[in-house]
Amino acid sequence: MSNAADFELLLRQALTPVDPPADMPERIEATLVNLTAMAADELEAWELSAMRDPRNWVRPAAAVVVGTTAGAALVVLRARQRRRRPRPNVLDAAEQALKDVYGGARKFLPKH
Amino acid sequence: MATTEKTKAQLDAEFSDLYRQHLRDVYSYSYYRVGNHHDAEDLTEQTFLQAYRHFERAQRESNGRPLRPWLIRIAHNLAANFYRDRSRKPQTAIEDAAVISAPHDTETLVEGREELKAILDGVQKLPDDRREALIMRFALGMDNREIARAMGRSDGATKVLIHRAIRQLEEIVKTTDEEGS
Repeated sequence: MSNAADFELLLRQALTPVDPPADMPERIEATLVNLTAMAADELEAWELSAMRDPRNWVRPAAAVVVGTTAGAALVVLRARQRRRRPRPNVLDAAEQALKDVYGGARKFLPKH
Repeated sequence: MATTEKTKAQLDAEFSDLYRQHLRDVYSYSYYRVGNHHDAEDLTEQTFLQAYRHFERAQRESNGRPLRPWLIRIAHNLAANFYRDRSRKPQTAIEDAAVISAPHDTETLVEGREELKAILDGVQKLPDDRREALIMRFALGMDNREIARAMGRSDGATKVLIHRAIRQLEEIVKTTDEEGS
């Protein structure tokens, strides 16, 4: 080993890249494909099972609560606006308020 | 940003490219770290499975830089766990790698074999960080910047590390030669 360059050349020869076994690329690829498929299946299964588990309802329930609160606020606001207008009698006003409440609530009920 | 987000199919295709491009690198690194084909296979497989899990994030954070240092870093961490879990050290069977893979003719191989074996034995005697730097430089052909990223060091510190590793290895081989003759 005469000089540094020679030594580095030997080092390069000693630490030559190593090819993986011939069947290894296919094996790893198959594992990755299975993993990908499994991940998709698991996600789908999770989405279905999640809705069966009440602990996973928090977010959708929160969304419903927010929607309902907003809806209720809208109904109250409309009732107040109508209350300011002249009404023929108390019964008409009550009927109108009831219609408002029903109409507002109907928006948040699931459609069949 | 929904428009710039990649679909899962795109990510899978890109990961597949990364895998094909660097399988040999990861395997070579693993082999020189653990010293046998069986464990090198395990380590390589685990590295790519781990990489797959974090691929999207790695792509996002790499800003277009090559992902090879990231892959090697994963292999490095897994190899460290491998030794910690099994309380064992790398085996010194790596002479096979040079003999099998080096493009030598038979005559050169016989002549050079002792010298190469001495170097490989010397590599195993180096401190971990120096050994790793040499594997990355000479077995994987990584440049200083890539090695720095893989090892979590600065470019300057990496340059010094590699220089010292080569000098130390030279000393080890020289001493072994003198003791043998």
